[in-house]
Amino acid sequence: MRFKKKEPHLLGIDLTPMIDVTFQLIAFFMFIMNFSQIERAEEIKLPTSEIAIPPEEVPNYQIILNLNEDGSVIHDGQRIEKIDLLTSLLRRETGDASRQGVPNPADISVVVRADQNAQTGDVQKLIAKCQDAKLEKFSLRVKERQ
Amino acid sequence: MIFRNRRKADNTTADMTPMIDVVFQLLAFFVMTFKITALEADFNVKMPLSSNQASPIDEVLPTVIQVNLRSGTERNISGIDVDTGMDSRTFTGESMFRDLTAFVETTLAAEGDPSSSGGVEVEFSIDPALRYVWTVQAMEAVSGKKMPDGKNVQRLVEKIKFRNPGQ
Repeated sequence: MRFKKKEPHLLGIDLTPMIDVTFQLIAFFMFIMNFSQIERAEEIKLPTSEIAIPPEEVPNYQIILNLNEDGSVIHDGQRIEKIDLLTSLLRRETGDASRQGVPNPADISVVVRADQNAQTGDVQKLIAKCQDAKLEKFSLRVKERQ
Repeated sequence: MIFRNRRKADNTTADMTPMIDVVFQLLAFFVMTFKITALEADFNVKMPLSSNQASPIDEVLPTVIQVNLRSGTERNISGIDVDTGMDSRTFTGESMFRDLTAFVETTLAAEGDPSSSGGVEVEFSIDPALRYVWTVQAMEAVSGKKMPDGKNVQRLVEKIKFRNPGQ
């Protein structure tokens, strides 16, 4: 007697909803991902404030200087042990700004991200160093407190 | 005529496995690197280098509140001295920042219409050893205060300067 071979019953799972959700999740994470983290030094613990103003627009050119508790400065992932050694960095930055269409150093915004336990004298020293490079717009960055 | 063993239609479904693999890899990467960070905000300070040029004679000079922050034990704040030239006070204790805000409010009220006067400026003179967190708190006290509704902010002084330590 010949038996007819039965086709194996394939139980197909519809993967479409799962792929949809996964892509949605990826899109979400990509949007909220912060690509400018190299500018921020994660070890800096910013002081908090409930009335400081969130930056409304990105300035034409900004220099972000992270000041550690020990008085060292982190800029663009590079650590500078002493504030006095910032002269060449600031000269390079003002040169870059000039090439990018911001020739007047007074139009450059300096963002100071100082640790909450840093000495205020160091913050003042940092500002004075920037003033020597003819920079005069400063933003003292804090964390928003709700 | 009957044809037996007719060929089945070609099933051309794409293999989804590699794509799903890659998608999950990406998802895992984003989940691992995700970090919740609080929003950041700024205190804007405009500090040009002092020039030797004399200001125009008809220019109305602003009222300057000199605020001196003193450092005490463990680099914490021990007191605040304020001076407008007409009035000077010293604030200490837990309420010192609230007292500073009240003093600034009073000065602003006495100044009247900011468009007809030179406005009010605050110049900080700070003990260099003081923890920066106290400086920010003092800046907050002169910049504004939260309204009782807890949402709106009443802005006070916007022109803030630091006196250079050498001055």
